[in-house]
This record gives sequence, C-alpha cells and structure tokens, in this order.
Amino acid sequence: MTNALSKLLQTRDWLLTDGATGTNLFNMGLESGDAPELWNDTHPDRITKLYAMAVDAGSDIFLTNSFGGNAARLKLHGEEKRARDLSRISAEIGREVADTRDRPVVVAGSVGPTGEIMAPMGALTHDLAVEIFHEQADGLKEGGADVLWLETISAPEEYAAAAEAFKLADMPWCGTMSFDTAGRTMMGLTSADMVRMVDGLPNPPLAFGANCGVGASDLLRTVLGFAAQGTERPIIAKGNAGIPKFVDGHIHYDGTPDLMADYAVLARDCGATIIGGCCGTTPEHLEKMHEALSTRPRAETRPTLDQITEALGAFSSAADGTGDDANSGPQKRRTRRRRD
Amino acid sequence: MSDEEDIILSELSDEELVEQMWDDLYDGLKEEIEEGVNILLERGWAPYKILTEALVGGMTVVGKDFRDGILFVPEVLLAANAMKGGMFILKPLLASTGAPRMGSMVIGTVKGDIHDIGKNLVSMMMEGAGFEVVDIGINNPVENYLEALEEHKPDILGMSALLTTTMPYMKVVIDTMVEQGIRDDYVVLVGGAPLNEEFGKAIGADAYCRDAAVAVETAKDYVKRKHNQGVTA
Repeated sequence: MTNALSKLLQTRDWLLTDGATGTNLFNMGLESGDAPELWNDTHPDRITKLYAMAVDAGSDIFLTNSFGGNAARLKLHGEEKRARDLSRISAEIGREVADTRDRPVVVAGSVGPTGEIMAPMGALTHDLAVEIFHEQADGLKEGGADVLWLETISAPEEYAAAAEAFKLADMPWCGTMSFDTAGRTMMGLTSADMVRMVDGLPNPPLAFGANCGVGASDLLRTVLGFAAQGTERPIIAKGNAGIPKFVDGHIHYDGTPDLMADYAVLARDCGATIIGGCCGTTPEHLEKMHEALSTRPRAETRPTLDQITEALGAFSSAADGTGDDANSGPQKRRTRRRRD
Repeated sequence: MSDEEDIILSELSDEELVEQMWDDLYDGLKEEIEEGVNILLERGWAPYKILTEALVGGMTVVGKDFRDGILFVPEVLLAANAMKGGMFILKPLLASTGAPRMGSMVIGTVKGDIHDIGKNLVSMMMEGAGFEVVDIGINNPVENYLEALEEHKPDILGMSALLTTTMPYMKVVIDTMVEQGIRDDYVVLVGGAPLNEEFGKAIGADAYCRDAAVAVETAKDYVKRKHNQGVTA
C-alpha cells in the first residue's frame, strides 16, 4: 500500500516534520487549561496558520491539531461526543494547507494518549482503548489525513491498542513514545524494548520513534538505542527545544534555533529519517533545522554520547537501561517469594 | 527447591515477618500484606508501629528504587495497591488509638489536565508515609483548590500537570492564593513531567518535586520545619 508518506520515504533520505502545537497556539492566544482542539471549530484561521507556519519553514510533514482529540481527553471539557468531528475538521484544514503547495506535504493525523492507565493496573480496558482510538482515526481519515500519527505514548499496551484501531480504520500510521523517566518511558520501557514491541505488532507502523521527553540530548540517546537494534524501519526523532522555563508569564523553552539545527543533524547521524521538534519548537527553529539538514553533510560514523552532550547538553540520567547499562546498572532487588 | 516452598507468614518471627512484608510490598502482593498486618495485630502490635515499621518502611524501599530508576510506574502502582490493602485495615484503628499524625495534604491535577497517574502515585506514597491525603481529582479550576483548602485546612497543597498547555495554570492558583492572603498558610508543592525546579520557583511554589519519592521527602521536611516554627513562634 502506498501513501503520501511512503512515497516520500522512497525518494528522500531525511524528512522534516513539524514542531510544537501547544507552544505555538499559546503564542496565538490559547489560554492555559483550554482544549486546543476546540479551536479547529472556533478558530480555523489560527489552525490554518499553525500548519502553514510549519510548511513555510520547510516541513515535509505536519501533525494535525488533534493530539487531545480523543473521547477520553475531550471528556474533561464536556466535549467527548465531538471526538470524531473535531478530529475530522483538524484534518480537513490540514488538507487545504497541504494541497495548495507545489511540493508533496504529508498531513499526519495526530493521536495522543488517552491519559488513562490500561487494565489490569488501571481502569481502561483494551477493547475500550481500541474503540476510543478507532473513533478518532475514522474522523482523521474522513478529514483527509494521509497517515495517522500516534505520539507521546508511555505504555506498550496503549501503543498496541492504537495499532489495532488503525488497522480497523484501514490507515497507515507512525507512532512515537515519550522516554522521560531515566531514559525509559514512564512505564519502564527502554528504546530496545520498543523496537522489539513494534516489530512484533500485527499491524506495525511505517515509522516509529521518540517524541517529547526531556530535552534534545536524551532523545538522541534514545534514537541511538533504536538504531543499535539494527531495525530497518524508519526512525522518528521529535525532541523538545530544550527545557521549559517560565519567563514573563509564559513558558519558554531554552533550546535556541541554532541548537535545534545541531540537534537535527545529529539526529540524522544517529539514524533518524524523520526529524522534527516537539514542545517549544517554533517556525524559527524549524527553518534552521531545515537549512542544516539541507546543507550540512552526513557524518561518517554515528555520534558518540559525548559528542551529543557536548553539542546539546547533559543527559537527565546516567543510563537508559540499554546496551552495557542493561546489566551493569542498579538492579531490582531479589525477593524470596515467587509471585503467584 | 526451597525457593518454591510456600512461606507461612504466621510461622515467622516478628522480625522475619516485617522483613517479608517489605519484600511483599516490593512485589505488590496485596493479600500477603493484609495477612501480615492482621498477624501483627493479633500479636499485639500497635497499629502505628505496624504502619511505620512494616508498611512505611517497605514503601520507603520502593520509593528509593523508583527514584533511582530501578522500579517504574507499573511496579509502584502494584506496591501502592498492596500498601492500600494494609492501610484499609489500619486506618480506623489508627484513628481510635490516637496515633501521631504526620501531616495532611490536598492534592489535585490542574484545570485542563486529566492526567492523574503522577498525582495518584504521590497520593499513594504520601499515604504510605503516613500523611492524610485529600485527593480532589483531575481538571481542577482554582475554585476547587480554594474550597478544599478552606474545608480541610491541610499543611500542604500539591498540584500536578502533565501538559505544557496546563502547567501555567499552577501559577493562576498560586496568584489567587496570594491575592486572598492565604498563600503563606500552606506549603505548595508542584510536580509533573514537563516541570522543573526553576519553573516551580518562577511560579511561586515552595518546591518542585521530581517524583513521588521526592514529594514525600520534601513534604516531611516542610512539615517538620513548620512544626518547629510553631514552637518558637
């Protein structure tokens, strides 16, 4: 099955995706605590602008304004019945922006986490998770998304539920997880674990990778972890523009456009094919990233961890649970009782 | 071979049993923890002694390994669930025996944010450390926080946010507390994945807590300080 993204992947050896959604919408006046997805309906002009800014900065792929557009997340705004609708509109606006360009631009329908913990630890059952993701996937498909784009996932069970839903919606997809806890996802998954999990899915994604998390350095360490598994699947790197700081009543990320340009080139050297930003990444960052990827040569060898920290700053944790760390780091205590 | 033999909790000495309960908390074995608590009660242990030595002691180990990136959320949820089983038995007994109180906390996720994983972990670990916790849930506008503070008069207010779109709301809550002149009546602790220490300071919180284990340590610290101030004042 070919689609706009798989075609681009056949002809290009790197693709630039977009930056932040929340950060850029704040700059347009979104109030803290409000659902960005409601703007698809009430302020379509601003969403058009959000997408256009990324495309104008050189992005080959942009994500729709539907990250929190699933029923579980919209529920807190009392808008859970509009999950399909708001997702559809987010993609329709995206279609209009993409189709007016003279180069191929991929509309990727963003799907964020439900925010709930899956059973048996939590209340969300597999079937219900599939239903929630399926509803949103159908909306994004109706609106004309080229691919679906799962992001910021922590639990492998939730990733798998989304994969199943996207199969039901008959849509190609990409999916990234957030590695924000000692180099692993909140649920303890390492980069190596994710490669194994993704390869084992009955409906695997076109591309997989990492987004958000804690800073650009950590994200690249994760990408190196993916690449070390020797996977053939394209890798996505979508890291935050540094660390959030609170300046004059606004959240500001301390990663400069120049730093993100270095990050983009390093990400490619680490083995990523689809490169972009996440929180804090503005069009100015994307322009610099695009310029760097277009003009700077590839390195002959993969960057070392030292080269990454030298360019982008320190890691948030000493180890990330892969490679030599897998057995040399602190280990779980041995206990005497066997679990029933 | 001997590994697979069942451990009979009631046959262990007090010391062995407490050690075994630490292991069972670590492994998230709820029924075993409930059984252990009941055995210690039968042996005449004071509820407060069971809480501090068997349960809080065990959860401290869990918290430490969580802080150090050895245990992750699924394991901690299981451990906290086991702890809760023990607490359910002890809670009414603690109240009736007039056991000392660690302190109290109102906690909730801010408006626009439905994430409660981190908040629940903090709640559970705080209870595990002997604090009384009033959890006001997710998606809280400033009014909810103020009402809960008024009603429960806690030592600590805890706020959580997991999204860049919701974390600035913590400042809205703190600013309102300042306006109403009640900011300094409480210790304000904030947490959530996108936050950091600098952010906590910038919005006027007392401290940013990186994870649930740090939250417990920080809370203990502040409550101790608060009590000391009370004596000298």
